[in-house]
Amino acid sequence: MAVKYSKDHEWISVAGDIGTVGISPYAQEQLGDVVFVEVPQAGRKIAKGESVAVVESVKAASDIYSPASGEVIESNAALADSPGDVNADPMGKGWFFKVRLGNPSELDELMDQAAYDAFVKSLS
Amino acid sequence: MSDPGPLKRTPLHALHKELGARLVPFAGYEMPVQYPTGILAEHGQTRTAAGLFDVSHMGQVRLTAKPGRNAARALETLVPGDIVGLQPGQQRYTQFTNEQGGILDDLMVTSTGDHLLLVVNAACKDDDLAHIRKHLSADCEIEPMFSRGLMALQGPQASRALARLVPSVATQKFMTGAFVTIDGAQCYVTRSGYTGGDGYEISTPADKAEAIARLLLAQPEVKPIGLGARDSLRLEAGLCLYGHDIDTTTTPIEAGLLWSIGKDRRAGGERAGGFPGASVIQKQIAEGAPRKRVGLLPEGKAIAREGSEIAVGGKVIGKVTSGGFAPTLGRAIAMGYVEKSPFGDKGPANGTKVELDVRGRPVVAEIVPMPFVKHAYYRG
Repeated sequence: MAVKYSKDHEWISVAGDIGTVGISPYAQEQLGDVVFVEVPQAGRKIAKGESVAVVESVKAASDIYSPASGEVIESNAALADSPGDVNADPMGKGWFFKVRLGNPSELDELMDQAAYDAFVKSLS
Repeated sequence: MSDPGPLKRTPLHALHKELGARLVPFAGYEMPVQYPTGILAEHGQTRTAAGLFDVSHMGQVRLTAKPGRNAARALETLVPGDIVGLQPGQQRYTQFTNEQGGILDDLMVTSTGDHLLLVVNAACKDDDLAHIRKHLSADCEIEPMFSRGLMALQGPQASRALARLVPSVATQKFMTGAFVTIDGAQCYVTRSGYTGGDGYEISTPADKAEAIARLLLAQPEVKPIGLGARDSLRLEAGLCLYGHDIDTTTTPIEAGLLWSIGKDRRAGGERAGGFPGASVIQKQIAEGAPRKRVGLLPEGKAIAREGSEIAVGGKVIGKVTSGGFAPTLGRAIAMGYVEKSPFGDKGPANGTKVELDVRGRPVVAEIVPMPFVKHAYYRG
């Protein structure tokens, strides 16, 4: 599964026409302790770049933008009880939602791991 | 504020870096917002054991009466608190007010007998100093001590930790101060803080601040705590943050700070009025203020932040001034101002439901008394 990243620090991992979306380790570290995550409901049609989720840390609320358009098919219900998964395992248990890709070619505009690593390095 | 210039550093800056703090600009200083363990862990540490906060960015000012003058009486011309009544070693919370009865800053005042020691907010300290100099120079020697260290040691085990170094602090009461020697340096310790819990604030010479901080951090109960947890702790305690919950547009009465205005300063008192905005504030004491600061418990998990509008029956009646996640309670809390008139003379009763606008979505919240987490001050 190829993982790609947006400039807003979301990741999307694609298998077939389904993408799983979350936020990067860098993003969770910047946000600090996550205390609440609002994820989009299954069935919602979303556009690339649309604000689809909200992460509340102790400090602030942050919008999460979808790195791809399509239809949400599942969201991570476990985050309601354990929002800390976003900090502890951002690329794994801390995933936000799954989207059936409407336009897989959009992913070409995202960064691969090497490009994202370089991008993060450029921020510090 | 004009060009802020380069960020200033406290005497503990190098220590923060060594401890892995995330440093952020705050009130012109580069300050630790959190250490590697994160805000939730730091908050819990302070509520269950003890936390050490660097608050050296706050302004420490010493007032000394000029010959034949009275510093306390002079300071009372700027604040509504009872300062003349402060016995040596006593500390009090008060506010600098403006002619409209608004709050220029809030501060702590401690009498040592020979001096008055003021601790003011970092963002206000230059303006406060100018204000004091303008009005009190005839009566007082005014010494800013902005380079000194100031640390807060807070939490249920703060006393045990500090008393290991200075046994006398164990029985020191809330809102009192004393000179003590720590690591060979003369320090001034007050039993006070900004977390709602037990604890101390320790004023140290600048060149001894780091050594004393290291000594405190070497105590098994103590860990370093950043400004992030300082904010969540004070919010749980229902304490006002200047520039957010109180400012030049809010009066002490609206803010629920009547308790900080001594009887002697109120109408009919021995030294009634005589501070800026006294007529406005005395009138509000007598007749009530048009709005009041209230605690809010939003339903569900969404967090209403500063600026969220508060409405009742579709009509906006105020806004949230501080809101966040309360780690001790595991839920969102907030405070804000509401107009009293929709609810009758006394304003909304506890239990009243209002509606908060949380990022465009309505969230029902209940008006509740503060603090959200019970204070645990040591009163002997």
